Amino acid sequence: MSTVATSQIKLTPEHARPRASVRSRLQDALPKIVLAPSFAITIVFVYGFILWTIYLSFTNSKTFPSYVITGSRAYQRLWRWTFDTDPPSSWYTSITNMGIFGFLYILICLALGLFLAILLDQKIRGEGVLRPIYLYPMALSFIVTGVAWKWFLDPGLGLEQTLHQWGWTSFHFDWIKNKDFVIYTVVIAGVWQASGFIMAMFLAGLRGIDGEIMKAAQIDGATTFQLYRRIVIPLLRPIFLSAFIVLAHLAIKSYDLVVALTSGGPGGSAWLPSNFMYEYTFKRNEMAVGSASAVIMLMTIVAIIVPYLYSELREKPR
Amino acid sequence: MLRKLLIGTALASGLAFAAHAEDVKEVQMLHWWTSGGEAAALNVLKGDLAKEGYAWKDVPVAGGGGDAAMTALKAMVAAGNYPTASQMLGYTVLDYAAAGVMGDLTETAKKEGWDKSVPAALQKFSVYDGKWVAAPVNVHSVNWLWINKAVMDKIGGTEPKTFDDFVALLDKAKAAGVIPLALGGQNWQEATMFDSVVLSTGGPEFYKKAFNDLDDESLKSDTMKKSFDNLAKLVTYVDPNFSGRDWNLATAMVIKGDALVQVMGDWAKGEFNAAKKTPGTDFLCYRFPGTEGSVVYNSDMFGMFNVPDDRKAAQVALATATLSKSFQSAFNVVKGSVPARTDVPDTDFDACGKKGIADLKAANEGGTLFGSLAQGYGAPPAVANAYKDVVSKFVHGQIKTSDEAVTELVKAIDDAK
Repeated sequence: MSTVATSQIKLTPEHARPRASVRSRLQDALPKIVLAPSFAITIVFVYGFILWTIYLSFTNSKTFPSYVITGSRAYQRLWRWTFDTDPPSSWYTSITNMGIFGFLYILICLALGLFLAILLDQKIRGEGVLRPIYLYPMALSFIVTGVAWKWFLDPGLGLEQTLHQWGWTSFHFDWIKNKDFVIYTVVIAGVWQASGFIMAMFLAGLRGIDGEIMKAAQIDGATTFQLYRRIVIPLLRPIFLSAFIVLAHLAIKSYDLVVALTSGGPGGSAWLPSNFMYEYTFKRNEMAVGSASAVIMLMTIVAIIVPYLYSELREKPR
Repeated sequence: MLRKLLIGTALASGLAFAAHAEDVKEVQMLHWWTSGGEAAALNVLKGDLAKEGYAWKDVPVAGGGGDAAMTALKAMVAAGNYPTASQMLGYTVLDYAAAGVMGDLTETAKKEGWDKSVPAALQKFSVYDGKWVAAPVNVHSVNWLWINKAVMDKIGGTEPKTFDDFVALLDKAKAAGVIPLALGGQNWQEATMFDSVVLSTGGPEFYKKAFNDLDDESLKSDTMKKSFDNLAKLVTYVDPNFSGRDWNLATAMVIKGDALVQVMGDWAKGEFNAAKKTPGTDFLCYRFPGTEGSVVYNSDMFGMFNVPDDRKAAQVALATATLSKSFQSAFNVVKGSVPARTDVPDTDFDACGKKGIADLKAANEGGTLFGSLAQGYGAPPAVANAYKDVVSKFVHGQIKTSDEAVTELVKAIDDAK
């Protein structure tokens, strides 16, 4: 192609030049043209609607969006509910649950994922069979996970009932029916689903570590524990960061798991902020309050993601 | 060339216009009646409309259930794409009417005499600003007891007439080793039961003041505290595993004889019917003790949207068929509810249905027909849900005393108003 173009330029330069430049201009613009639709869609449907939600949170929207700005009443209500601890307001329950769930979910997933990855990395037989077994829960939707665990944890149907039938009648596990413990069952189901995926991430990281370093450490007389503690885990730092980001956003957007597993829990005790947002926007017709809670959730995510992006972008020039 | 093109375009658009001017012989319906009995009942309506030449088209709703349907409806209306009609509940109709998207069926209503036959309490939700915007399909009532007769005979119980009788009956069941009260620990079920408790404890006047007029004095009165104490007493008779249970599973406990009684709206009768049980021999239906003579209702309505002129005829046909006596009888026999008009003969109904029809008529005439707060017929959704929160938190122990419950109730309702 380019040879033809150059020969044409030589023959009839004044005609060929504009054609070539149209083509090259087109080639220059092609990536932009291809990206433009998705860019436009993202601008409108992500950032546009973020702005719209922020706008709605300052209006008096009830059942339908209203465009009359009435100030920060929705935020004031949320702020007041934040301190309604006894009896706990729905918002207070939601944010404390978010803290408990987010902390335990991320911590246990990271620890369990790393542990499983280290075990699988011992060059064992049958790794090809074991790895997908741990990974497959991630392929299920949260609804399936939620319903399966709901039956499993129900004292009248699942684990407790089965153990009673086997003769262990003193066994007692009713967390899913207990207002103080129901959020921990959400953690259990969430960890079951995500830890296999985190394991796969760590496994990839472990495979990327240079075997020479390990050998050198072993020659220097490092025990296995020291090897992992001092060398492997510090080398996995970037994987920790990626896994943390993946888990953090999964935790904040968990909604379906709570609904499928607990349908909100006794007296609404399993709510997360996303449940609060849906309830207020669509079931209670308090769209302004729902929007305000969505904005607060967004700010929480931003508070986590922005430092991450900042550190990523800063590292690039090196 | 250009002229030909222009003529062609004009012709094509003319044709399109002509096609539009013709009435659309189709009813687009958004609803969540998909389970066996309800779907069968709705087939009666489909058949009636087919006789008049109208095709029925369900608006698909992903996920099923009323919440998903309401979310879908909101999106359709926001996009200006109105269904012919949608199944709707209470204040939702009024919300949409206030937003100016509902149609006007006043002419049909006059012709069919709905003003006289539909109870006035229901018209509060089907008539907005003097215009008929919805066709009520049925009237459910909430203050019922559903009792397993075999268990009742075994423990030698009789119909409880007062709250104390009821407690004594539950004690008998407990002593006999049956679960006395079947309850599903979801907020709407707890609140539905509390509607009956309040009506029983405070009487009709008090119920109306507190739960329909949202009068502060009544909400924080000692009677309300007493009601919460009575609720706490009832909760001591449920099994430890009740939290989160679906209502139909609680009904199944009564059907199977694992539990003596359930306090639930008359949609529970649909479950008894589906299990081939007959009232009087297999199960008993009584009014919640101390609420005889009053009816706490909720009602399913078909909200009629402001559709384009070419779809109005289909809408009128739908509304007329919905409130026709034959459909009202056929549908409600299956659904467990009673007709939304008081002049429908009760010949096809079972004993509970006959009692329900008579009670509704009496309550309508005596002014003791009240909207259920738990079911969204006492106050707008924000208030109703705030109420459900408080009741549920009280049942599950986040709110510890009836004093605290009353304070919270007033606070929550004021906040949501």
